[in-house]
Amino acid sequence: MSNLAIIPIIIPLLCGIIAIFFHKYVKAVRLFSQVMSIINLGVVLWIGWLVLQNGTITLATGGWEAPYGIIIVADPLAMLLVITSNIIGTACVFYAQSSLSKKQEQFYFYTFYFLLISGVSGAFLTGDLFNLFVFYEVLLMASYGLIVLGGERIQLRESLKYVLLNLFSSMLFVTTIAYLYSVVGTINMAQIADRVQQVDQTGILTTIGMLLFFVFATKGAIFPLYYWLPKSYIVPNPVVSALFGALLTKVGIYSIIRTFSLIFVHETNITHDLFLWLAGFTMVFGAIGALSTNNVKLIIAYNIIPAVGFMLMGIGLLSQDGLAGSVYYLLHDMIIKAVLFLLIGALVYVAGTSDLTKMKGIIHHYPFLGWLFFLAALVLAGIPPFSGFIGKILLIQGGVEQGQIMLVVVGLGSSLLILLSMMRIFMRCFWGEKEELNGGLKPIRSFTWPAAFLLIFSVLLGVGAEWVYPYVEIIANDLLDPSIYIDSVLKE
Amino acid sequence: MEIIMSVLAGILFATGVYNLLQKQLLRIVIGTALISHGAHLFILTMGKLKTGAPPILVKGVEQYTDPLPQALILTSIVISFGVTSLLLVLAYRAATLNKTDNMEELRGSEDE
Repeated sequence: MSNLAIIPIIIPLLCGIIAIFFHKYVKAVRLFSQVMSIINLGVVLWIGWLVLQNGTITLATGGWEAPYGIIIVADPLAMLLVITSNIIGTACVFYAQSSLSKKQEQFYFYTFYFLLISGVSGAFLTGDLFNLFVFYEVLLMASYGLIVLGGERIQLRESLKYVLLNLFSSMLFVTTIAYLYSVVGTINMAQIADRVQQVDQTGILTTIGMLLFFVFATKGAIFPLYYWLPKSYIVPNPVVSALFGALLTKVGIYSIIRTFSLIFVHETNITHDLFLWLAGFTMVFGAIGALSTNNVKLIIAYNIIPAVGFMLMGIGLLSQDGLAGSVYYLLHDMIIKAVLFLLIGALVYVAGTSDLTKMKGIIHHYPFLGWLFFLAALVLAGIPPFSGFIGKILLIQGGVEQGQIMLVVVGLGSSLLILLSMMRIFMRCFWGEKEELNGGLKPIRSFTWPAAFLLIFSVLLGVGAEWVYPYVEIIANDLLDPSIYIDSVLKE
Repeated sequence: MEIIMSVLAGILFATGVYNLLQKQLLRIVIGTALISHGAHLFILTMGKLKTGAPPILVKGVEQYTDPLPQALILTSIVISFGVTSLLLVLAYRAATLNKTDNMEELRGSEDE
């Protein structure tokens, strides 16, 4: 029991509130946000280090012991994801100053940003199903604010659909919690898992599990529920797209990993086999979507979808290698999606258009941007020795072990399509004859450095796999054995 | 009593979904409000309905109402109230800027 568990939620929440009071003074609020992001990142790293060394930290809020009160559980998986979110957040804050207009910065960008980080961290850390819903709402509310930032016609139109869809799935979430409460009589995740193991008739629980999966699949953009994602992710400013692409869908995936390794593991031949099918379709349709368009932003947005398929595949396998692969891929994908959105934002800024048929020869003017993009494309497609490769090889190993050869073939095929979609951007936009740019050279150093900073982590995750993998292995072990999580929450 | 409440929640869900599938923006917003009412009523019903007992758990008291669903409902009502008001403002702005409140015409085209 220690208050440390709630610190990653509290700091950004307070910063967001403080930033409201002087939102008009752009320079002050900008400096404040940058400094606080770095401080928060340091604190989170320290807590993460403690958790990895000494094991899970739990906090019963308000002194109400589990299972009665709300429990915050900082276990290795949650902390690793909180750290990754904060690294991305810090890079985005430094990118925001040049990407956003002064007016957008004044209109509470930094407040919404801090609330988003707070909500995401809360969703990772909470050990209570209803509290998970509340943190979902916190991060969604912040995202509603961010998606309309600027208030253009197209933004309002797409955000309307985004809000409606999320509102509907949130209401389904509440309904599902009510069902679950009437069956097991608790909303503490550890106690639900404990009681589910004792229930004999599991039919109703499987139904509830599928309903919960439907909710998370909508937020996580899994086939066939991904249709809302690409368009609503390209309308806001690139820095907002990067935050959304890196964090929002991943919270849905994290919730699936958590609930379907802890609670609903009693009938895997129904639930987890369905995941494998859906994972395959998600990979194929996402990769095809990425090839179907000439809009560079849309290509990147579509590339979120096959990655979700890969993570779902690991959960469907429910084996040591599968889960380790899922977690590794989750970490890798959060970082690389942020990098790509940031780089594409810079590309669209210098080219003045997002249509790839209208650009060529950008690399002659901006060599650093071009090579960064090339490196990011290799990382995304999973070329060794980068981080995408490590995650994929674990997933493929797990797939072959369980005889899912078809799915492995589909996964590898979709990786090729992803590489093709990225190379299409690289060849069309960066290669080609040198052309006079209208408007001349623009300074883009403040665009490229945050992306380069994130890319370093991405490369480290691949080259330094030997240091990261032991922790991921511990996490996968914890996930496979629900009693570890249950004991750490219920038996202090 | 629980049966009646469940049926009522079902009716609220049905009308909510019907309104959600309409073309006019305001109807859609009303649909989401109806669905959230249905969900809230449903939480209350799932915690078993009782009258005349306080939601207190102390030694010696045997008749009590489950306090948890009430706490959940309160949180959920506040959240859906906030989201609905945001949605109304958003719908108003979107309708004024796009000069239509018909969802068919808010599809968007490829060349944007």
